[in-house]
Amino acid sequence: MPEMLLVRVNGREIRAPSNATVAAAMIGAGELIFRQSVSGEPRAPLCGMGVCFECRVTIDGCAHLRSCQVLVREGMEIHT
Amino acid sequence: MIVVVGAGPAGIAAALRVHECGAPVTVIDDNVAPGGQIWRGDSANAWVRRFRDADIAILRGTRVITGDAGAQWLLLEGPEGARKISYSKLVLATGSRELFLPFPGWTLPGAFGAGGLQALVKSGLSVAGRKIVVGGTGPLLLAVAAYLRQHGAEVKLIAEQAGIGSLAAFAGTLLRRPKKILQGGGLALTLAGIPYMNDCWVTAAHGDGRLHSVTLRRGRKEWLEDCDYAAIGYGLVSNDELETFLGPSANIHAARTGEVELSLIEGEIAGLEAAGRGEIAASLCGKRDKARRFAAAIDATFALRGELKSLPDPGTIVCRCEDVTAERLRDFTDSRAAKLQTRCGMGPCQGRICGPATQFLYGWKPGSLRPPLFPASVGSLLPLERTEP
Repeated sequence: MPEMLLVRVNGREIRAPSNATVAAAMIGAGELIFRQSVSGEPRAPLCGMGVCFECRVTIDGCAHLRSCQVLVREGMEIHT
Repeated sequence: MIVVVGAGPAGIAAALRVHECGAPVTVIDDNVAPGGQIWRGDSANAWVRRFRDADIAILRGTRVITGDAGAQWLLLEGPEGARKISYSKLVLATGSRELFLPFPGWTLPGAFGAGGLQALVKSGLSVAGRKIVVGGTGPLLLAVAAYLRQHGAEVKLIAEQAGIGSLAAFAGTLLRRPKKILQGGGLALTLAGIPYMNDCWVTAAHGDGRLHSVTLRRGRKEWLEDCDYAAIGYGLVSNDELETFLGPSANIHAARTGEVELSLIEGEIAGLEAAGRGEIAASLCGKRDKARRFAAAIDATFALRGELKSLPDPGTIVCRCEDVTAERLRDFTDSRAAKLQTRCGMGPCQGRICGPATQFLYGWKPGSLRPPLFPASVGSLLPLERTEP
């Protein structure tokens, strides 16, 4: 079994297995709003494989990262 | 140096063939680990293990943002920033993405692609106890439904847009391919009890901030189905942007991809050709042609029905990056004009999602490609300044 890591989404602590991507960890924890679209709609991942850019979040201060292509790390700070 | 772009089945097969020929090879891949989408998170897969054991150089989390087929270089952006890489031969094994068709509510959180939701589960998402409607078209829907059920989801039904006639013809094709029947048989066992509805599709998703139900249509019947997630995909589209951008070249070998067996054989052939072993590549062409015929039979079976063109309402968003609705696209006749006046296709996905959709909905040809092929930081483009006065 993979180790469980602690990350924070908008300050809220969630746990995720070390082999999970940020997108998978967030959806699993019920964090389904990843970004606001240009007209203000809530959006979440569509393609799951790095193509659609709907899962963009800020990770450790770095904006516009595709959360479906980034693995969780202990203590990671994620902002939507 | 031979460079392979993509570490899915085709890229892995190509790189292994080059490696076996004794030539130096480097693989570039956008994902966190080799395996592509089909073997995402599957480090135990035999091909992935062979690739790892061969100790072939791989640049993970790395995208090609531009290149020059004449001067034989690519500009890459990855975790360590940007770098330029030169190649003697280039193998393109960039794989496929899903085709998504816009329908009312498809932008709601909880409405995923079919392969999209599967990719997320392969990436660590738990779907245990989740109610899911799977829809769209193609054999992938069966694989996705079986996979989700194995992971504890309650798959409420599979909505397959193809008609019973074409499905029956396809079953006939399967009878001539015993290995495929075994694969299908295994799936059927896993799927036992899940309704598989032909001539059926999702017409709308509903929810307030997140999806809670979908409307399905089959013939004259329309009904509402409660679910936590919808997983909807209308087949595959080739990621051919890089190949199109670079243009034809004697030093570029592109592997057509799709179903895994086709991808593997296409990858092997491309790798052998790049390594200068055309005679071995030629001996594999019979196997490849058989795989291509099977792929063509799948495409014919699961051809999209015209009714799906009327899925979007006037207010349905077609371009998700720029929130361009169907209504705003109605008066345009090509993607270039629509792009200039509405920004359709100008967002971060660069038309990878809405391009194939508008091609199906309106018959528009894909727009022209310009670098960077993926969104890139300005800093990543600076190496170009230094080398090209």
